[in-house]
Amino acid sequence: MRIAEWRRIVEDQGCFNAVSELLEKIERSKLNAYITVCSDLALKKAEEYDKGRLKGRLAGIPVAIKDNITTKGIRTTCASRMLENYIPVFDAHVVERLKAEGAIIVGKTNMDEFAMGTTTETSYFGVVRNPFDITRVAGGSSGGSGAAVAADECVLALGSDTGGSIRCPASFCGVYGLKPTYGLVSRYGLIPYANSLEQIGPMASCIEDLALLLEVISSPDPRDSTNAQRKYTFREEKRDYRLAIISEMGGNEEVMTKFEEVVHTLSNDYEVKEIKMPSLKYALAAYYVIAMSEASSNLARYDGVRYGFFLDSLDSWRKYFSRVRALGFGTEVKRRIMLGSYALSAGYYGKYYLKALKVRTIIIEEFKRAFQKYDILLSPTMPALPFKIGELADPLTMYKMDVNTVPINLAGVPALSVPVGFIKGLPVGIQLIGDYFTENVLLNFAKYLQSKIAEE
Amino acid sequence: MVTIDDVYHTAELAKIEIKPDEAEKFREEFEKILKYFDILDEVEEDVIPTFQVIKLKNVFREDLPGECLEQDDALKNAPHHEERYFKGPKVVE
Repeated sequence: MRIAEWRRIVEDQGCFNAVSELLEKIERSKLNAYITVCSDLALKKAEEYDKGRLKGRLAGIPVAIKDNITTKGIRTTCASRMLENYIPVFDAHVVERLKAEGAIIVGKTNMDEFAMGTTTETSYFGVVRNPFDITRVAGGSSGGSGAAVAADECVLALGSDTGGSIRCPASFCGVYGLKPTYGLVSRYGLIPYANSLEQIGPMASCIEDLALLLEVISSPDPRDSTNAQRKYTFREEKRDYRLAIISEMGGNEEVMTKFEEVVHTLSNDYEVKEIKMPSLKYALAAYYVIAMSEASSNLARYDGVRYGFFLDSLDSWRKYFSRVRALGFGTEVKRRIMLGSYALSAGYYGKYYLKALKVRTIIIEEFKRAFQKYDILLSPTMPALPFKIGELADPLTMYKMDVNTVPINLAGVPALSVPVGFIKGLPVGIQLIGDYFTENVLLNFAKYLQSKIAEE
Repeated sequence: MVTIDDVYHTAELAKIEIKPDEAEKFREEFEKILKYFDILDEVEEDVIPTFQVIKLKNVFREDLPGECLEQDDALKNAPHHEERYFKGPKVVE
């Protein structure tokens, strides 16, 4: 549902009634998009709106927040048993921004445990189902946010993207999802998985709403030392963009049929060239080595002492930490922490971690060369249609589904998934990749694409 | 090749207790995944590694006291605490 549509409903029946209906819809839903629903808080805010006391650019708009983004006084679990009962005592920067603009926080959305996954199947709270076919996944790791936007269980949502975690569920659920340039949105209050790769980003059902949410959450924040201290504002601009398809980023036959159809449509107004980026074949391995290594270090904090899952008996520290972590973490999280520890351990650092960082340099150079000639690079977002629940049981097979999305995080450039239609009743998304801090180019082009698709 | 001892050693480094049946499953998976990572061996050595994508410079600021968590707030999520302190497991064995 678009903001404009929500505003009409609110005008018609009042915010309190509109929010009540939304909450009932979530209650009845089979999707499992939410881990925590903040009914009382949301209704209280709606009441304030009706009394004219809630002001701001998002006043009265229901927003869902991925459950790895810290919310003061609202349980924040990362979809893990480890944080099942964790109630933060502060707000993430983006949450402060939402509140300052009058947004109504509906709840915290389901995700892969600590954002480690592509299908939301690693959640301690159960899988998120795809709104277009409940026997299929909604994508991950921000699956709850994608499903909630698609099924009108919120109007806007925040996700986080470490290797495709916003773009994958956006593609699988037929909504818009942006991974901003690294540093555009403050990570203060984002519970870390792989700091050098991840960004918080907006998800919405149209480009205008996505732009507004990005404007709200991108604001300078000295508390994140990697924050670029910038602010994004959407401006209409001349859309004389130079486009190219990346040869190395593909998909299966179903996905490519749709992708080629879109490229064909584009060719009426644009010349679409093709570009080779040969080092992308190293991207997936490099991404997983870096993400796992950073995870092993980041998740060392979970020791059952200051917060999180704990045991009653405090015996020796080795036993206590090891047992807390054995019981508190799920299998995928253990797998990544252990592989990260392995990659960083004596004798392997040069072979894996340092090599992966060198690949990152090479990929950045390739993107820089590409952006000298082109403004936007195109690919399918995901190489396949939404998977059946349980279809990707083997970890490596699952990792390989991130092949088109991870290079973007390695380079730190922005990328947007745009819904372009359906194959067999399932949504397909295409990925628009831009140079550093050219979100405005991506959003302008997506706006053109949105109207082009609506025409058909 | 990944041995079962490698898996136990890594689990010890990561401070995660694992059971024998888990260890064997992890061993098989690790072998497959690490074999996939071997593709990185093809990459040339003579490249500067990138730790951070945005070129950051060190920033200085005045050392002034700012807002921070109240002690009670900091202890709110701590399962074991005594008086106004965290209580942890025994570190001297």
